[in-house]
Amino acid sequence: MTFDVVVEVRLRPGIADPQGATIERALPALGFEGVTGVGVGKSIRCTVDAADEAAARVLVADMCDRFLTNPVIEDAEITLHAAAAAG
Amino acid sequence: MALDVAVIRFPGTNCEFDVVEAVGALGAVGRIVFHDESSLGAADAVVVAGGFAHGDYLRPGAIARFSPVMAAVAEFAAAGGPVVGICNGFQVLTEAHLLPGALQKNAGLKFRCGSSRLRVETTDSVLTSAASVGDVLDIPINHFEGNYTCSPETLAELRDQDRIVVRYVDNPNGSVDDIAGICNEGRNVVGLMPHPERACNELLGSADGVVMMSSLLAAAGAVTPRG
Repeated sequence: MTFDVVVEVRLRPGIADPQGATIERALPALGFEGVTGVGVGKSIRCTVDAADEAAARVLVADMCDRFLTNPVIEDAEITLHAAAAAG
Repeated sequence: MALDVAVIRFPGTNCEFDVVEAVGALGAVGRIVFHDESSLGAADAVVVAGGFAHGDYLRPGAIARFSPVMAAVAEFAAAGGPVVGICNGFQVLTEAHLLPGALQKNAGLKFRCGSSRLRVETTDSVLTSAASVGDVLDIPINHFEGNYTCSPETLAELRDQDRIVVRYVDNPNGSVDDIAGICNEGRNVVGLMPHPERACNELLGSADGVVMMSSLLAAAGAVTPRG
């Protein structure tokens, strides 16, 4: 089976987010008031072939732990669904 | 026979020849070792040089850490061999779990490039054995992701075990506890953001890096005495 995967990498709670802080400070200067809690992460998309959804999840989780995130500072949220059949 | 310093070069490394020059001026031989080598040869010390390994894609050091040469570096470190990671090399060593913590984007998102003053916090490391605690060294920095961060537990461990090697006198990047460089438990692996290899001649504005590179060579000679 083929799965479309989106991995959202975020800084863990309590880890300083210089990009988020800079954007948050810039917003009022640009006229956007009342925006707080700005956080910047990254989104990694891929397609995975696996026997079933559980196997795909295990594979992607392992990818996240060992490569896509640095667990010292980052968490990942994995979204995964079966790809629409081609044609 | 001159001491042999393996200088690790990934695609995108750009400080390897500065390291070769710096150790060469002190009588050692710097030897470039490419990322796809699985052996360090007869190295007495290893320097993971600065730059932008693999373009810093994903995260600085994230891809470099899987290079064949890093297994050899880990083995060399485990055997007690002196290993120093400078700038991007520090980032690679944290990604490779040879040093704890991580290096985040600088506070204020500024690329910092200029001279910095470092206070030597311990002389019990392969990079500072020839210095004195409290020495202030003028060593340049050149980085965007030098903001050292780690868990409170790791920070407590680094402090308790005297593993903070150098601190910034004026913190340029927001790093926790002004940390500029740390060492591992064995004290033979050191990572730091500043570039001692660029401060080894008065013509370059400072020769304060000589005491660091000399310390490294002293450790190299002590671990594997050569005839």
